Amino acid sequence: MSWDIALILSADGMAGAAIYLLAGLGLVLVFSVTRVIFVPFGDVAVFAALTLAFLEAGRWPPTIAMIAILAAVTVARECVALLQAGRANRIPRAILGWGVLPLLACLPAQLLAGHALPPLVAIALSLLLVLPIVPLMARLVFHPIAHASTLVLLVAALVLHFLLSGLGLLFFGPEGFRTQPLLRGAVELLPGFLVSAQILLMVGAAAVLAGLFFLAFERTLIGKALRATAVNRVGAQLVGIRPEWTATLTYCAASLLAGIVGILIAPSTTMYYDSGLIIGLKAFVAAIIGGLSSYPLTALGALAVGMLESFASFWNGAMKDVIVFSLLIPALILRSHFSHHSEDDIEEEEF
Amino acid sequence: MKHQRIKSLLLGASAALALTLAQALPAAAGTVKIGFTTPLSGPIASQGVPFAKGMAAGHEYAPEVAGHTLEFIQLDDASNPSQSARNARKLIDEDQVDVLVGTGGVPGAMALASIAFEAQVPLVSFTPLFLKGEKAEWSVTTAQPASLILDAVVDDMVAAGIKTVGYIGFSDSWGDLAYATLKAAADRAGIAVVADERYARSDTSVTGQALKVMAARPDAVVTGTAGTPGALPYIALADRGYQGAIYGTHGIINPDFIRVAGASAEGLLAPTGPVVVADQLPDDHPSKAIAAEFAAAYEAVNGEAPKDAFSAYAFDVWKVIADAVARVDPAIEPGTPAYRVALRDAIFQTTDLAVTHGVLTFKPGSPYGADDRAAVMVRLEGGNWVLKK
Repeated sequence: MSWDIALILSADGMAGAAIYLLAGLGLVLVFSVTRVIFVPFGDVAVFAALTLAFLEAGRWPPTIAMIAILAAVTVARECVALLQAGRANRIPRAILGWGVLPLLACLPAQLLAGHALPPLVAIALSLLLVLPIVPLMARLVFHPIAHASTLVLLVAALVLHFLLSGLGLLFFGPEGFRTQPLLRGAVELLPGFLVSAQILLMVGAAAVLAGLFFLAFERTLIGKALRATAVNRVGAQLVGIRPEWTATLTYCAASLLAGIVGILIAPSTTMYYDSGLIIGLKAFVAAIIGGLSSYPLTALGALAVGMLESFASFWNGAMKDVIVFSLLIPALILRSHFSHHSEDDIEEEEF
Repeated sequence: MKHQRIKSLLLGASAALALTLAQALPAAAGTVKIGFTTPLSGPIASQGVPFAKGMAAGHEYAPEVAGHTLEFIQLDDASNPSQSARNARKLIDEDQVDVLVGTGGVPGAMALASIAFEAQVPLVSFTPLFLKGEKAEWSVTTAQPASLILDAVVDDMVAAGIKTVGYIGFSDSWGDLAYATLKAAADRAGIAVVADERYARSDTSVTGQALKVMAARPDAVVTGTAGTPGALPYIALADRGYQGAIYGTHGIINPDFIRVAGASAEGLLAPTGPVVVADQLPDDHPSKAIAAEFAAAYEAVNGEAPKDAFSAYAFDVWKVIADAVARVDPAIEPGTPAYRVALRDAIFQTTDLAVTHGVLTFKPGSPYGADDRAAVMVRLEGGNWVLKK
């Protein structure tokens, strides 16, 4: 292997690492706040990518119909629950929050779909369309079982993945799509070493978003509330943080992250309705390296997964995924060697 | 116990009576049932859906043959070979079909071939089959054998003066088969295969593999892929500034491939059945007329012009069955084991049948019936396939 090949592979690996970083951050965020291993993360990213592809092709994105149905079901369920609890006075609020708000997000797309859209507008519309998916689904599926064991939550998340990828097939069809590159051309980083602008954009966007993430968690009240819920749910409740509210906020953030992942990856990869799982799984390897709790370690893990994947495809293309997933074994051995069981874990095992 | 014996006696008697009646009656118009399983969902739905449309076009083209109504029962196997097998058993046991058709993907089609042999029901497939000995006695396919296709590729390379070739294919049985066939043909022609790289259908990047192939500096790159996932190597090669010739196999001839590959695959050379470039064929080509009839039937039933090669394979299946049904002794009643044997024998007597993918002649011992008229080289120019003369 010569130096220029190593450099090209590194650039490709960085692009992959950027994707896994964003997806890994989303997984860690959702798990630490709600204890859900959010398997359908990749599927939501696929929805964003395919929605964008449909908007670019001047077609009506069926995502709108899905959100409308989801919103209707969620509102119905909320109303029934509130009536049963004898709190009918809160129904208008539930309709506003779970019905009107998601539909408002669909409105611009509904009005503008079918026209030739500038790329940035199409991207904004797709992000807006994807944003309500995770909060609505989570409210429907995870909210009623929020106190169940991690295993039950994982199984529910798996079911959600199958549901979403099935809906993806129904809505977008079996064929793959690529979207227009956000940036064209290439930048010469070293003499004779060209990196496509799209890769730089992916890496840059991931770095900026990770930085924003860090700032939000360290400096803002909302970020601190999320962290508090992650550290200790009961304690957070005692100081006046509503876990329902933080959960919804978390799912919104996860939705947005998934949307951005989808938008970033779609120009360089053909996206299929079932492409999400493999992206989610590789991000999961990164998140496991971070112990599903540490953001900096997850970033490191994402870098390792991206680089390893890129170089493995050169060394032995057929065994690439085997090599990447084998990374789990040393990561788990190391983690279990250095970690100590906290009291919370023991309590949960007893249940 | 006693009841059951009486019941079975009665059944036997009535069956015997029915049989004698059937033989006594002059050849009554019957219904030939075609059991059709195809992947309408799952990873290979992009082939399975066109297969279904092609069968519908076949039904539109020849709904009745020699006084028999041809009826097809369609089931979805969700791209899952074990579901294909369950569908086949259901079609045979519950619907008593006279002939099986299906399915997308080699593993599923092979499962059907095993059942066809076991249940003594003829199978007409549109997928490559690998059968020998007695298992080959019940199954045929309208697909070209891989050697025919890759021979066309290698012949073209020889004509272009290409000496070394790199290969990028799927890491599955199709990728292995395409590589082995290419290697054999290239060895005969004195062309060196200098790289063998693989990737999975679901992979997001093949930059590493493309770099490795380019590092071997081949004159041409051949891919062993199918459908839109097959676009990835061409995009990676174009991104890295590869200048040499690019070749593909017939698995990528579909409009979605062109949409995804875009300008990266400009100038791509691929072998395919004549139907893809039917309008550019010389008038004396055997596929020209039947391809036009196929296009008309397809448009009548599906409301759009055919744009892929897969639906044409399925249409050829219908043509083979219709041709064989016409030659079966009219005294034999459809729905009986005797009819299935007669139909099988008629299928294996198919001689010089003009279909959309060339000309078919089936002989016992091999599931393939295509000859070199079934492969033409086409070139991708400005998003359209152009026949290479």
